[in-house]
Amino acid sequence: MLNKIILYLNVLGLTWFVPPLKMVCGQDVAYEAKRFVRMIGLPLIAVVIFLFLWHVIAGQVKIKGQTLPGPVEVTAAAGKMYRDYQASQENYVTYQADFAKAQTEYPQMSETELRELMPYTAAPTYLDQIWTSLKTVFTGFVIASLIAIPLGILCGMSAAAFEMINPFIQVFRPVSPLAWLPIVAIIVGATMADVPANSFWAKSYVVAAVVVTLCSLWATLINTANGVAQVDKDYLNVAKVLNLGWFGTVFKVVLPSALPQIFNGMRLSIGVGWMVLIAAEMLSQNPGLGKFVWDMYQSSSDDTLAYIMVAVLTIGIIGFVLDRIMIALQRMVSPGAMLNVR
Amino acid sequence: MSTASLRLRHLIAGLALMCGATSASAAASETAAAPVVFKEYVLASPKPNLAKIKANKIEKPVLKFGIIKLTDCVPIVVARELGFFAEEGLSVSIEVQANWKLIVENTVAGSLDGAHMLAGQPIGATIGYLGQADMITPLSMDLNGNAATVSTKLWAQMQEREPRLKEPGHAHPISAASLLPIAKERAAGGNPLRFAMVFPVSCHNYELRYWLAAGGVNPGFYEGYNDPVGKRDADVLLSVTPPPQMVQTLTQNTIDGYCVGEPWNQQAVKDGVGVPVFTDYYIWKNNPEKVFGMTKLFADSNPNTVVAITKALIRAGHWLDENRDNRVKAVEMLANKAYIGANPDVLGASMLGTFEFQKGDKRDLPDFNVFYRYNATYPLPGHAVWYLTQMRRWGQIPGNKSDSWYHETATKIYRPDIYRAAYAKLQEEKLIPEATLPADDLPAFAGEDFIDKIAFDSKKPNDYLKLFPIGLK
Repeated sequence: MLNKIILYLNVLGLTWFVPPLKMVCGQDVAYEAKRFVRMIGLPLIAVVIFLFLWHVIAGQVKIKGQTLPGPVEVTAAAGKMYRDYQASQENYVTYQADFAKAQTEYPQMSETELRELMPYTAAPTYLDQIWTSLKTVFTGFVIASLIAIPLGILCGMSAAAFEMINPFIQVFRPVSPLAWLPIVAIIVGATMADVPANSFWAKSYVVAAVVVTLCSLWATLINTANGVAQVDKDYLNVAKVLNLGWFGTVFKVVLPSALPQIFNGMRLSIGVGWMVLIAAEMLSQNPGLGKFVWDMYQSSSDDTLAYIMVAVLTIGIIGFVLDRIMIALQRMVSPGAMLNVR
Repeated sequence: MSTASLRLRHLIAGLALMCGATSASAAASETAAAPVVFKEYVLASPKPNLAKIKANKIEKPVLKFGIIKLTDCVPIVVARELGFFAEEGLSVSIEVQANWKLIVENTVAGSLDGAHMLAGQPIGATIGYLGQADMITPLSMDLNGNAATVSTKLWAQMQEREPRLKEPGHAHPISAASLLPIAKERAAGGNPLRFAMVFPVSCHNYELRYWLAAGGVNPGFYEGYNDPVGKRDADVLLSVTPPPQMVQTLTQNTIDGYCVGEPWNQQAVKDGVGVPVFTDYYIWKNNPEKVFGMTKLFADSNPNTVVAITKALIRAGHWLDENRDNRVKAVEMLANKAYIGANPDVLGASMLGTFEFQKGDKRDLPDFNVFYRYNATYPLPGHAVWYLTQMRRWGQIPGNKSDSWYHETATKIYRPDIYRAAYAKLQEEKLIPEATLPADDLPAFAGEDFIDKIAFDSKKPNDYLKLFPIGLK
């Protein structure tokens, strides 16, 4: 039972919880305690040293008559943002009351009709902006995977296809999102002229998502092709013996054994996509974290830098969590390699 | 460790200052007026009003407006925050836009229903300068409110040429004449003087050109509808930079000066990187500045909505000019990071009727921002004619046009008819006191209102153009 839980924790990347769990169950208490101190204690010490250095150095750097925000100022800015969030939640409660009142006053109207007439219009909160960013990066990532995985399988199965596609991979892979963006913006702007602005597919959203797609599909494509090309020849021979046919071979033999590599590619892709997204949002003005950073950069108040630093930490933490999720997924699809992936 | 304790001591000192302990430095920076304490502003709930949607027959109750981070976007912010829009049955969300180009593009594309615009933008779009789209404006948002700043280095050079500028409290306006030799020198050295403004059809472009030309410096001519640069025969180079990036660009020495709205001139003074040389009040007293722009298509298909928007914005303008306390509240609203997010003291400097030209040289300019007085909200077609004459003067309009063309174009874009309808309704509902609206839509403006003393009769634009020594006729 305990071993099973530990296995699951390892697969999910929650290795931190293993030593305390073992200690609670009374297994190797001394050894696990040591392990726990190393896993939690050392990073903690490093964080404390970092915060101290940041605090001291920030106090020395003078810009425009004030000092660089240190951990204290950044925490204060985060607190201010949290208060803004609370205030907007209160506004939402007020709005819901107004809405409920309208519902009793106009019983003949349906709720959707009413919502259309009196929606909640307010500046997006920081959480809304995080949500928009996540939505955008996932849209871009899903499109990228839908293109890259089939193409990658094709490249892995046929050396000729790989030779044909390879030049495109080599040329387009290093292109920066900043170069893609104007092209995408003009094309999307022209083709989506008739799409209503407040629909789910807002132009800025599509532009940012497509830029994420263009920059993130290469890692998945290359890894998929590699994974497929490295499938054990014996398996392929078995497939031949069984007369599986092309599709049968792909779905029953190639994909299952290439899956860990494909997920490795997708993990790299989502990392690239998240990094690219912030730049794409800054330029396309998609109302996510990138636009938050840009808006703060443009407001030059005393808190500007502290707000941006809060955003930087948020971006980092979300990127880290996304990576952990992808690692967990990868481990789940590759039972054989479960303990080798870091 | 010592640095940390030093910072702690600073913190304690700062707290003591805030608690009102007197110190020499605090007393020195105090001006005669009582210092204003700005409070943190919390955004208001949207308060949608279904009964009003029905009563006013609103065609499109859910609207999105664009703003640029400038103090003169404030009527839109006030109308949202004080619920003037909501009381007309409008649910308005406000979205900050990155630059003026996006404002027009997004309005034409329909992702914005209306926006905080440069007065020249609906005019430029309608006549087809840099892209054609029929636009209108039912309301002017403010008068004045711009200034031009030069880098501290260029300021020192100007002082060398014109010693009176060294004296504290020297008189305004400052002429651009001292720039001409500097410009020639710099051009000969292959590094011409560079100024930035915010958009080719912006008031800032025309004001900067007006000021330079009044001092004998040629700012350069455009080559017609498709030229966004305008540097033929130029003594100095003018380029476009979005307002919030002006101070950064000046700090990086990419430009020697700029003309922009607030708070970006006061920010340069605060950061010690620039010196304002003129406010547009000196160029043309009570000149028209921002307007509320929308497409003609939107106005034609949503007539009741447009009247409701205009009503709310007139009320906002009236509220802003009612008293100083309201201005303080407005500054607090703007300082929220959902809108401008700059420091309230920087925003407040010009909004409260003062302007700091150099550190310590703070002057009273009660009319720096006018939102309602002098019929500031009335969309006067005569103002549109002035913009058209400047577009012709600098070659954005490629050929000579008849006086009647100027008048037809102006009245097509500036729509006092919508304004008067909204105003009559406000009177009926007793929401604002009665005022005298302009009797003549094409008035004449006196010469002493302009820096070069050239009078402007909006009935005779072609005669006016002939009066400029520098400029196309």
